Amino acid sequence: MARITAGVACSHIPALGVAVDLGKTEEAYWAPAFAGFEWTRNWEKAAKPDVVILVYNDHATAFDMKIIPTFAIGCAEEFKPADEGWGPRKVPVVKGHPDLAWHIAQSLILDEFDMTIINEMDVDHGLTVPLSMMFGQPDEWPCKVIPLAVNVVTYPPPSGNRCWALGEAIARAVESFPEDLNVQVWGTGGMSHQLQGPRAGLINAEWDNRFLDGLTGDSDALRYIPHIEYLRETGSEGIEMVMWLVMRGALGAATRMLHRHYHVPASNTAVGHIVLEPI
Amino acid sequence: MTGPTDIHNYLAELEDIPGTRVFTAARARRGYHLNQFAMSLMKAENRERWKADERAYLDEWKLDEEQKQAVLDRDYNRLLDLGGNIYFLAKVFSTDGKSFLQAVSTMSGMSLEDYSAMMIAGGRSPEGLRSIKGDN
Repeated sequence: MARITAGVACSHIPALGVAVDLGKTEEAYWAPAFAGFEWTRNWEKAAKPDVVILVYNDHATAFDMKIIPTFAIGCAEEFKPADEGWGPRKVPVVKGHPDLAWHIAQSLILDEFDMTIINEMDVDHGLTVPLSMMFGQPDEWPCKVIPLAVNVVTYPPPSGNRCWALGEAIARAVESFPEDLNVQVWGTGGMSHQLQGPRAGLINAEWDNRFLDGLTGDSDALRYIPHIEYLRETGSEGIEMVMWLVMRGALGAATRMLHRHYHVPASNTAVGHIVLEPI
Repeated sequence: MTGPTDIHNYLAELEDIPGTRVFTAARARRGYHLNQFAMSLMKAENRERWKADERAYLDEWKLDEEQKQAVLDRDYNRLLDLGGNIYFLAKVFSTDGKSFLQAVSTMSGMSLEDYSAMMIAGGRSPEGLRSIKGDN
């Protein structure tokens, strides 16, 4: 049987990808942001996931304003790194796991989550930056990836509670897949940041760290944080943190923290990162 | 389900954040063609035509005159008011060779140098910037 063995969360700031691609990760500005991922890169080598279900948001890349799916799952054989306006990142093509992805899609719909199914899609920095942070610069990504895209751009995004419940339903779907697979769920985006208007540059380290605290243990209080609190406390783009709750929901009743990292700034944003396992 | 949400109260609260334009349905509708124009700059051949004659390229799109002028002026705060979304507008400033840090600093009314220094010092505090009504 397939099983969820761990959850990972991290920011997906495009500038982190640029720093990796241009070999700048040792520079004084970037080194502290990257230092907190060394532990995880080593841990992933031992953890050897077969599949990562990677929860992220598209940033006006695969989806424009024509179609705005709230929850969409990528069921393709592969997903190419997108040209976001300055040429595609020179990172490996992302290999999907269509059998598991279609199984999860069907299971979620039967479980009353009305998913959008994607059979062709390019993936942007929201998906490829976390892969670079966790796996470095390999010739091939070391595992299959199932992209799970969440709308956090056009309001209203799904509630935190709905994201958590989706994670719980993903766990049920994975557990009913007959093949023996080691599956991780990653939640990406955040932490506090605002990329627009006179309030741009907002960072709330205290709130972010409370959120990191709340992911560990058996509390489910985070699922009830309303959108307006993310907006007021963590900036207009801090809402991306609802995607971390899909990961947390998928880990079940309680978690243990294996690793945690927080650094300000990377470009306009607070970098947050946590590795959890279900208990 | 956490119980029904009052949509009117929900939407009113989104307008109660200082210096922030949340990308609501109203803004998404206002800015539809503006954002789709920006999206078109993802393609290299469109970027070339845009760079050759910005005004002529804009005239191919159903933007109103205010939106066109704000694009030509690269007035990003105005573009947010006119329904632009930052991830779409990013195609415009990326085509100009500008980073998120550079473009975002222009919206904050700060120089790039001052804005970068603020970020390195821990960013802008939410104190006093949470709510217009609550003044906190």
